[in-house]
Amino acid sequence: MRSRRTLLREVYVWELPVRIYHWVNALCIVILCLTGYMIAEPVAILSASEATFGYWFGTIRFIHFVVAYVFLFNFAFRIYWGFTGNRYASWRNYIPLKLSQWKELFDVIRVDILMIKNKPVDTIGHNTLASVIYFAFFGAFVLQCVTGFGLYAKMSPAYFPKLFAWIIPAMGGDLIVRQVHHFLMWFFIIFAVIHIYLVFYHDYIERHGVTSSMIGGWKFIEEKMAAEEENKEQAS
Amino acid sequence: MKEKRPSFYEECINKGVSRRDFLKFCTAMTALLGLDPGGVAQVVNALETKPRMPVIWLHLQECTCCSESFIRSSHPVVATLLFDRISLDYTETLMAAAGHQAEELMAETMRNHRGEYLLMVEGSIPMKNPAYCCIGGRSARQVVEEAAAGARAIIAWGNCASAGCVQAADPNPTGAMPVHRIIRSKPVINVQGCPPIAEVMAGVIVHMLTFEGIPQLDGLGRPKAFYSRRVHDTCYRRANFDAGLFVESFDDDNARKGYCLYKMGCKGPNTYNACGIIRWNEGVSYPIQSGHPCIGCSEAGFWDNSPFYKHNPGVKGFGIEATADQVGLVIGGVTLAGIAAHAVATNIRKKQMIENKTEE
Repeated sequence: MRSRRTLLREVYVWELPVRIYHWVNALCIVILCLTGYMIAEPVAILSASEATFGYWFGTIRFIHFVVAYVFLFNFAFRIYWGFTGNRYASWRNYIPLKLSQWKELFDVIRVDILMIKNKPVDTIGHNTLASVIYFAFFGAFVLQCVTGFGLYAKMSPAYFPKLFAWIIPAMGGDLIVRQVHHFLMWFFIIFAVIHIYLVFYHDYIERHGVTSSMIGGWKFIEEKMAAEEENKEQAS
Repeated sequence: MKEKRPSFYEECINKGVSRRDFLKFCTAMTALLGLDPGGVAQVVNALETKPRMPVIWLHLQECTCCSESFIRSSHPVVATLLFDRISLDYTETLMAAAGHQAEELMAETMRNHRGEYLLMVEGSIPMKNPAYCCIGGRSARQVVEEAAAGARAIIAWGNCASAGCVQAADPNPTGAMPVHRIIRSKPVINVQGCPPIAEVMAGVIVHMLTFEGIPQLDGLGRPKAFYSRRVHDTCYRRANFDAGLFVESFDDDNARKGYCLYKMGCKGPNTYNACGIIRWNEGVSYPIQSGHPCIGCSEAGFWDNSPFYKHNPGVKGFGIEATADQVGLVIGGVTLAGIAAHAVATNIRKKQMIENKTEE
């Protein structure tokens, strides 16, 4: 039996609202990408019946629009939580204003991406590089919501989507807005691929239980690192 | 000496158009403008009593298809509207005068009807080198700016004047620009389309005559009466779209059955125009009815959002024609390759770590 004795401390990192947001968001993105792709490239499910009796493509679009609302308000909630949640959920993580954050960012690149340095970066929540990429990702959320609801505005009698109608003249017409919306879908897909891989990677190398932390909320942190973090928290 | 300009109605009667035809035209226009039946009287009154409206119609970088569309309009009253009701004081294509005489006419109109005349522009304006489009020794830009200074309002006919059309398509060698990007001091009505529908053009003019103001415009400067709905929303094949019944190729059975042309690259879902309602050639047909996808000619940049027969536009800057999805797949592939390489390196590291840690 290969084993080693280390003192670990359990740290409650992801609060319940953050975890709910994460999984609702993940589900929304999967559904939106699938239905969105189908709207762009409909599959040939043809039946011999008259158009009057079929509505599957309309249903796909309906799902896309409904889930878009869920996605938007879920994201709006996450922004709110960035101001009320714990230190790991705070907006301060996402915008690197402190020098220490920039140092950590380059450290992460050296250690985890290029692997030219071997000492793991001590972080309990997101590391700075991840946070900065999440911030860009939030930008994509906004752009995707604005372009999506902008395109949707003209086919909806509702007031809410009309708040986004300005994007059409701003970008010069539906055609280009549609193209941007479609391109961004690929950003989401590629983000998901890298995101899932990196979760596995960090769990594998750092052994903090990052994968299960998004289910239970707790991470297993070395006593030394946890104590340092606690001191920092008390100092600030 | 100011001669009394006869009204449109007087012109019609003189030309041998019956009062009955005149009233039919007024009714049709009222309906097109989306007015209630009471509006007919307003339109009739305006066309009977108001004096002719002086117009300067400029032809810049264009193909004259807008003029063609308008003068080919089958309604005889529309022709009268163009040639007699509005006083086409200057239009290179149709006027009898030429050379200095023509330029003099334009100067005279600008002098005598300052603040009254309507400026209609067909074509875009080259911004790179003024020599690309010159009239009477002056650049297109100078001509437009001078004419715009005294105009009541500007009507930009067609995609050229509204968005630059084909000459503004990438790489836009002449630096073609639409009118609204150059003239900011006057209201510009973008009557979009390549060409716009004749009845739409007539409708905009009748609106200007009747209400003496510019019609309600959308965010891209197009009259809402005609450009507020997508071709898709007024398409008679729409039910096939919702039912997921698509034409897969032009020669398949689905095309014969009249299924939706979405997968053949129809831009109807992204195009605002009245084709589905007013249709073309006296309401005979319109592209989709004839089995051809909409190419989105009333939208800015419709050439750059080509190919016409694919729903997803090509991407410029890649030697080969690529669609967003191909680019996405390539980036996805590169990502996966990167991840694979990273995973191999991680495993080597992990092995070392396990050994180091257990030795501690």
